[in-house]
Amino acid sequence: MKLITAVIQPHKLDEVKAALEAAGVRGLTVSEASGYGRQKGHTEVYRGAEYTVDLVPKVRVEVLIEDEDATTLTGVVVNAAQTGKIGDGKVWVTAVEQVIRVRTGASGPDAL
Amino acid sequence: MEEVVLNYGSTAWMLVSASLVLLMTPGLALFYGGMSRGKSILNMMMMSFGALAVVGVIYVLWGWSMSYGESIGGIVGNPFDQFGLSGTIYDEAGEFALDSFGVPMIVGVGFQATFAIITVALISGAIADRVKFSTWLVFAGIWATLCYFPMAHMVWAFPAGLLSADGPLATALGTNPIDFAGGTVVHINAGMAGLVLALIVGKRKGFGKEPMKPNSLPLVMLGAALLWFGWFGFNGGSAFEANGLAGLAWVNTTVATCAAVLGWLLAEKIRNGKATSLGAASGVVAGLVAVTPAAGALTPVTSIILGAIAGAACALAVGLKYKLGFDDSLDVVGVHLVAGLIGTVAIGFLATDTGLFFGGGAGQLVVQIIIALVAVVFTGVVTTVIALALKATMGWRIPEEDEVTGIDQTVHAERAYEGITS
Repeated sequence: MKLITAVIQPHKLDEVKAALEAAGVRGLTVSEASGYGRQKGHTEVYRGAEYTVDLVPKVRVEVLIEDEDATTLTGVVVNAAQTGKIGDGKVWVTAVEQVIRVRTGASGPDAL
Repeated sequence: MEEVVLNYGSTAWMLVSASLVLLMTPGLALFYGGMSRGKSILNMMMMSFGALAVVGVIYVLWGWSMSYGESIGGIVGNPFDQFGLSGTIYDEAGEFALDSFGVPMIVGVGFQATFAIITVALISGAIADRVKFSTWLVFAGIWATLCYFPMAHMVWAFPAGLLSADGPLATALGTNPIDFAGGTVVHINAGMAGLVLALIVGKRKGFGKEPMKPNSLPLVMLGAALLWFGWFGFNGGSAFEANGLAGLAWVNTTVATCAAVLGWLLAEKIRNGKATSLGAASGVVAGLVAVTPAAGALTPVTSIILGAIAGAACALAVGLKYKLGFDDSLDVVGVHLVAGLIGTVAIGFLATDTGLFFGGGAGQLVVQIIIALVAVVFTGVVTTVIALALKATMGWRIPEEDEVTGIDQTVHAERAYEGITS
């Protein structure tokens, strides 16, 4: 099993969710995140005092999947999240040792 | 002399005005609270509520008497003359005593108390995030006693007060000073005290290096709205009657404030490229402050000119603290001192009957500059003495690590928001 983690633009969340659903994913986890990459931050002005805010708001999407779906589903996420502009985010895949569904106790691919 | 009878309309208006002005202090708590950091919003709001509590109590004990009691040399009223409002409320026949407008004296006491309260609360913005709450409460009482009540007496206790209409200065120069609702007594007074405190209390840790952002601009705008609403009592009520002058003050207050918002937004659009909500809220206050001394002396058109100038000037003035290196955290100096001076002096040019631009000669201008300077010097000296005395005895600052952790948590054992560390 694998875990796809995608840090994306907040306004792209709906499209990524819809694309993953269409690709057969039946559950995912979303959390608010903040960070920066090549994009760096932005500037805010309060009564003339300018502040550089280097952490910008992002959304982190996490999806547990079977090994063979990794290439397809990362492609789905990248396609849905892409605007082509700086700040689009990153997607990565990590190996997962075990997954257990809390309600039934089922484990492994059955728990996905 | 014609006997004064109870004027129901004016009495009703003055009760409403007093209530409106009282609402300004909680409004100020929101305005300042939203502008402070998330870890110190409650302390910031408590400084306003604390000033309300302390000054409200001492006003009826000796504040009224020191403001309007028997004059000691035109500088201050005798605190024992009407201590605890003895002899203030009833006349010799046991009826409620009336002022010359037919409004009960006790209504005037309430109205004037609210001015003393908001003036002290205004100062707190200069020393946000870092002072002992106990020292602040003691300061509030001492400053009101030694600084506010004498200033109110000098300017408003006519004809005994040194700077009052028909008072010694007016008689000597042949021109009455104009401070309709408190350009000197409230705004120059509070702004100058803020400057002195910011210098003596010192900077917050990280001032000028770390970002110190407002935690809630919606609260700031809500506070500005409440201040504006309350200001109708502040300026409109300073007519002391329900009449045309009150209406003129109402309209002048509104249009000057509108123009100040535009002036501030234009100045920051040119300087920073953006018109901000904090700029709009700040422009509201700058306009309200500037028109305070002038609300009864200008036309709506000259009020627009005054407001626009004050808004733009204050937008530029708030940046000075970074260049000059003092931490007037929420710009009490840049808004109240600057706009208070502009409004007080502008009367000399713009007053409808006596202003320099309206054929009145330079007399009004000279008198306005003198009362502004007296206010600056008097408050500067007295506040310095009070602040240094408190520094040597109680001390002003909370420990540095408590300031970094957040004054809400370390001084009040509360937090406004979960998970906020800045």
